Amino acid sequence: MNKQELEKIALNVREHIVRLSTDGGCFTGASLSAVDLIVYLYTNFLNINAHNLKDENRDYLFLSKGHDVPALYGTLAELGILEKERLANHLTTNDHIYWHPNTHIPGIEFHSGSLGHLPSVALGVAMDIKMRKGSNKVICILGDGELNEGSCWEAILVANAYELDNLLFVIDRNQFQANVRTEELIPLEPLHNKFTAFGAAVSRINGHDFDELHKAFSRFPFSKGRLNVLIADTIRGKGLPSIQERADRWFCNFSAGEVEQLLEELHGNNKTELTSETLIVR
Amino acid sequence: MTYEELLTEIARANEQVVVMTAENRALVRNLPLILGKRFIDTGITEQTLVGAAAGLALRGRIPVVHALASFLTMRAFEFVRTDAGIPNLPIKLSGFIPGFLSDANGPTHQAIEDVALMRGIPNMTVFAPADEDDLVKMLPHIWQSPSPAYTRINTRKTDYIHADFEPGKAEVISEGEDITILTYGLLFEQALIATEILRAEGLSVGLVNMRSLKPVDEQAILKASKSNLLVTLEDHFLTGGLYTIVAEVLLKNQQTATVLPIALNERWFRPALLPAVLAYEGFTGKQIAEKILGYQTQHKQPTILSSQFAE
Repeated sequence: MNKQELEKIALNVREHIVRLSTDGGCFTGASLSAVDLIVYLYTNFLNINAHNLKDENRDYLFLSKGHDVPALYGTLAELGILEKERLANHLTTNDHIYWHPNTHIPGIEFHSGSLGHLPSVALGVAMDIKMRKGSNKVICILGDGELNEGSCWEAILVANAYELDNLLFVIDRNQFQANVRTEELIPLEPLHNKFTAFGAAVSRINGHDFDELHKAFSRFPFSKGRLNVLIADTIRGKGLPSIQERADRWFCNFSAGEVEQLLEELHGNNKTELTSETLIVR
Repeated sequence: MTYEELLTEIARANEQVVVMTAENRALVRNLPLILGKRFIDTGITEQTLVGAAAGLALRGRIPVVHALASFLTMRAFEFVRTDAGIPNLPIKLSGFIPGFLSDANGPTHQAIEDVALMRGIPNMTVFAPADEDDLVKMLPHIWQSPSPAYTRINTRKTDYIHADFEPGKAEVISEGEDITILTYGLLFEQALIATEILRAEGLSVGLVNMRSLKPVDEQAILKASKSNLLVTLEDHFLTGGLYTIVAEVLLKNQQTATVLPIALNERWFRPALLPAVLAYEGFTGKQIAEKILGYQTQHKQPTILSSQFAE
């Protein structure tokens, strides 16, 4: 898929996210940073489509940073894996479209929401693929704040011990924890060196640049016999200047009027005047 | 008074109090500025959070420790048991969005085994306030005690004015010959509605806010068991919570009673916004009353408001 097509899909996914950010809301900023990454993976890298979701030779994507699931809902809807109409059921008991991923959604491999769980689940899947001499790829998307959890680092140690070069941890490096900038709370940098010191093969790119994403994923595995890690530098709230990189706009519950303005803003028109209550939950 | 105002007042009055969080700042937003170095945010690290609290407590501090109830009681469980329970340190755990309060987050965030887990730890005490008024009446006693404590934080505002709190004592709202409802936490709000409906149907109904789950008020349970029907109502798994506590107390005292447990039996609840969750799971006041009566009534269920922090 070419860059123009990718940009069109990513814009549609961002529209879905904005529409999910009302009537109870969702983790808007954290979702927007992961959009380009997730869209690229599904369209150009992963062997996953509406017809092979149960095929044992399919690739696997695990969303460990579960609160950015609106980006995944949107992508699955755009690719025809999830029926678009179901997005209207967000936060109701008519469906299973809520703040964290679950396997009632076609295309979602495992539930998440408690951080630091899926690196080890993905590890187990990658181990089995190696045992069976399969060629499927296993991706696990982690948030940068999530790297606070010790279980992430245990999984990295074990993945290297078992030489799992079919496993790729992608870090959505948007520089924010829920409430604060990562470097102001529990600093992660130099992040590249931390992963390297743990034995992983690491690459670092701009997670919003489809050319860079293409270049990086074309080189997978970056190195044989080691866990691969891709640090994707991203911007929290990417696409919406009025919430971009704002610590207080992690979880957003906009009014209907604000949603209309934000959809305009997404298309490069005027900036939105936000008055809705700022929420901080995790 | 809010949770944050109370904590501010108590931390200002006692230099030993430190406020800790695993990046859960919803109800302590202003404390970093007010407390300076006595506010400690360890990031998203519940195990390290509790371990560090033990170290601080060893040095005489009283750590008030915040995280979501599910991660605090489950991810850090062994740290709570081993580092707070075994040495009996005064670590005060504040678990946010317990039970139904996690509304649309999903099973990962549903702390509905927290009472079972925490009360199973020797030395640990367990509390579950009905609303914000109950919470601020309970916390000064909980924080003053030398014991480790787990509190199911509930900041819902209701109009109900609670009686003063004493650890180990339930709040007996009313007594009834036909039915007594024992409950705790946010379902107290719905139990009040259920009680009114049952009375309108001509029944004599008692209601008890258990609030202190460990130590528990055995006398209140034994007295309630004299009603023709005892109802245990909780947003917790059927196993290990109030129903189990009541069973233990009755057995220990060689008593028997007819008990109707209303809880989550071997399942997680359907994620959605809180009012929809309560209706879907059958925990609105009207539904509770009808479950007890065994038939549908003409009464109306008052509107349930969503939580302030999307809790």
